[in-house]
Amino acid sequence: MSVWRERVTWVWLGLVVLTCVTTWGLTKEMFRPAVAVVGIFLIAAVKVRYVMLDFMELRNAPIPVRAVFEAWPFVVAAVILGFWFATPAIA
Amino acid sequence: MVVVTTERVKPRRLPGVEGVWVFIGADSVIFAILFLTFMQDRLKDPALFEASRHTLNMNLGGIDTLILLTSSWSVALAIQALKRDLIDRVPRYLFGGVLTGLMFVVSKSIEYFHKFAHGLTPGTNPFYMWYFTLTGIHLAHVLLGTSLLTFLWIRSRRGAYSRSHREVPESVASFWHLVDLLWIVLFPLLYLMKAA
Repeated sequence: MSVWRERVTWVWLGLVVLTCVTTWGLTKEMFRPAVAVVGIFLIAAVKVRYVMLDFMELRNAPIPVRAVFEAWPFVVAAVILGFWFATPAIA
Repeated sequence: MVVVTTERVKPRRLPGVEGVWVFIGADSVIFAILFLTFMQDRLKDPALFEASRHTLNMNLGGIDTLILLTSSWSVALAIQALKRDLIDRVPRYLFGGVLTGLMFVVSKSIEYFHKFAHGLTPGTNPFYMWYFTLTGIHLAHVLLGTSLLTFLWIRSRRGAYSRSHREVPESVASFWHLVDLLWIVLFPLLYLMKAA
C-alpha cells in the first residue's frame, strides 16, 4: 500500500491547498469583503464535503444518509452568508 | 443480445457502528445552531465583532487547520491499511493521528494563554464569549478524540484489529473526522470573516 496511490492522500493535498488559498490568499486586502467571504465559505463547504465523502467514507453510504450529510455544509454556508449579507456594513 | 456483467456491486454501508452516526448527526445539528446564533449576535454589533476578530492570530488558526487535516488523513490511512489487512502499518498511522491531535491541543493552549495574558476572557465582550465557547467545545471534542485514538493505538499494537474486526476503529475515525470538519467551518467563522 503506497501512500501516494491512496485517494485520501490526494484529497488531503487538495484540502491543504484550499486551506492555504482561503487563509493566506482570500484574506488579502485586494479582495472586496463580499468576494472574500463568499469565496471562503464556499471553499469551506467544498472542503467539508470532501472530508465527509473520502475521509468519513460517506461516498459509499446509503443514499439518503449521504444526501443529508452532504447537504449540511451547503446549508450551513448559505445560512452564514445570508446573515452576513443581512448585517449592516461598518463605518 | 443481453449483456450480463459479472462485476459485484459494493454494498452501501456506514463505517463503524450506527450509533456513532446518530451522535455525529446530532452534534452537526447542534454546531449548526451555534453557528447561526453566533451570526445573529454578530448582526447586532458587527463593528465590535470585527475589531475583536482582528486580535485573533489568523496564522495560528490556519496552521491548526493544516494540523487537523493531516491528522484526519493519517487516521484515514490507518483505516485503509486495516481494510487491506496490513496490520503492522495501523499503529504507525494511528500514532500520527495521536501526535497531531496533541499538537492541536498545545497550539490552542498557547492561544488561550496569550488571550488570558492580555486580559481577554469570555467576559470581555460577546465576541470573546463566542470565541471561548465555540473553540472550548471544539477543544473538548479534540481531547476526547485524541484519548480514543490513543486507546486504539495501544490496542492496535497488540494486534486487536483486523479487516474483519474494524468497527471500533471505524467509529473512532468517523468521530475524529467530524472534529476536523467542524473546525473547517469554525475557523473562517471566527478568524477570517471580514465585515462588509
